[in-house]
Amino acid sequence: MTERNHSAWSPSSRELERQGSRRAINRKQVLIAVVSSLLVLGTLALVLVTSPGWQTVKTTFFDIEYGKEVFPTVIKGLWINLQLTFIGGAAIGVIALGLALLRTTKSPTLTPFRFLATTYVDIFRGAPLILIILLVGFGVPALGLKGISSNVIFLGTVAVVLTYSAYVAEVIRSGILSIHPSQRAAARSLGLSSGQTMRYVVLPQAIRRVVPPLLNDFVSLLKDTGLVSILGVTDAVRAAQINASRTFNYTPYVVAAILFLLITIPMTRYTDRAIRQRTNAQSAEGAI
Amino acid sequence: MSYVLELKSVRKSFGEEVVLNNLSLVVPEHTATVLIGASGSGKSTLLRCINLLETIDDGQILLDGKEISDPLINVDEVRRKLGMVFQSFNLFPHKTVLENITLAPVKVQGKSVEEARIAAKALLTRFDLADKADQYPDRLSGGQQQRVAIIRSLAINPRLLLLDEITSALDPVLVNEVLSIVRDLKHDGMTMVLATHEMGFATQVADEVCFLESGNILERGSAEAVLRNPTNPKTQEFLKRVHQAGRL
Ligand SMILES: Nc1ncnc2c1ncn2[C@@H]1O[C@H](COP(=O)(O)OP(=O)(O)OP(=O)(O)O)[C@@H](O)[C@H]1O
Ligand SMILES: [Mg+2]
Repeated sequence: MTERNHSAWSPSSRELERQGSRRAINRKQVLIAVVSSLLVLGTLALVLVTSPGWQTVKTTFFDIEYGKEVFPTVIKGLWINLQLTFIGGAAIGVIALGLALLRTTKSPTLTPFRFLATTYVDIFRGAPLILIILLVGFGVPALGLKGISSNVIFLGTVAVVLTYSAYVAEVIRSGILSIHPSQRAAARSLGLSSGQTMRYVVLPQAIRRVVPPLLNDFVSLLKDTGLVSILGVTDAVRAAQINASRTFNYTPYVVAAILFLLITIPMTRYTDRAIRQRTNAQSAEGAI
Repeated sequence: MSYVLELKSVRKSFGEEVVLNNLSLVVPEHTATVLIGASGSGKSTLLRCINLLETIDDGQILLDGKEISDPLINVDEVRRKLGMVFQSFNLFPHKTVLENITLAPVKVQGKSVEEARIAAKALLTRFDLADKADQYPDRLSGGQQQRVAIIRSLAINPRLLLLDEITSALDPVLVNEVLSIVRDLKHDGMTMVLATHEMGFATQVADEVCFLESGNILERGSAEAVLRNPTNPKTQEFLKRVHQAGRL
């Protein structure tokens, strides 16, 4: 252990000078950023407002009074998107984890399931989400199976969960594969079984690594729940559509867009930060 | 006399390359067997075969007289009797020092968390690491990490300890703190097989030194015999090179 000297330290005059210069540089940089932002944004606003169609656009897209009027129905619809996101998200997490584990296992008993999991992922990762929603939403009720709900919210959620489980399974699997084999060797040398090694050593590290991409998928999930509106679910998109087609005023779409952004932008910012922290931590860890 | 470990005509190849060829070795209880040899001579492969991390192509490996190279054996049970420490430490980065050490005793041996913690803390105290118990591995120096890795493998009370070049990732100042643990263990009577490039250290702990070359043990005997008065020209050549590199 090295003894640290905690005796009082007062910066030398040279250090004070340097701190002064650093502050001056900072002030200058802030000033430049503000001026350039004002210039760019101002120009954009000017182009928009002086364009020939601006008056019409303003009344059909940015009608503040009408916006206030439709706000309650749109936000009620958004509540459905949020519910779908969270309930669907939980289901996706569980299914995706199962798929990822199946795809990485070497156990011979699970061979048929490994094959099925691979096929599943190939299909649902490759097909457009909107097609899956249409197929599930209209196909399943047509089968007339007893005991399966034909509630459109339920079927829409199922379609989104089916597709996203495939995406998320691949993200988790890539995390599992990114853990160095020496970690597994160390765990097995201690006598841990392959299941215990996965559970206590590999998976915790893998999940930590894939948190940022998973947060990205979560943001996409929220946006994509808007697609279930094609089944007639009165979510935020559908609520806006009903109002817009009634009055031929598109302000409800803008209201819906703003509401989505109010949720997704903070989430994206948070994700970016998580990614940055991850990268910093990795460089500090060196090889790990 | 019965042996803790016995290798009979072991063969191991990777594709075309035969790494271990008709290799035999016995390790009596409370002894340290030191493997030396050039890089690529198969030291790590030999240790990984003993630990069943690799499957041998032919021959037999016996632990306490029981064949462990039998494919019907429960490998997890065998590994519980073997401790292995790697060149690159391989601590679990998401677990604290204490959690690294108690994982196997709790999950494999079924000890209670409390019991495992007390035992782990006793080991940490003994090897001067008590203050690091709650740290994560990336906060430790290389020497400290390697000492924790040794303690982790000791926590399952292994019958045999396998050490694979445990100091070659460390700078010379840290080497000694790790080797002194091994000296202590040797003093306690732990049975060990270790691969090393530290010839001075080999001289101190080895009951038998084995020189590996092209898949076989070309020369074996006491440290004095093999390291000071080698008879095989290849051993002489190897030791001369080690000497030139300043590691004797
Ligand atoms: N998994 C593997 N696949 C293919 N070849 C391998 C594998 N592991 C080891 N080898 C080969 O086996 C030979 C012996 O390697 P090994 O790691 O046992 O040598 P070593 O004596 O431990 O060397 P060092 O002193 O550098 O650690 C090398 O030629 C190596 O390329
Ligand atoms: Mg090696």
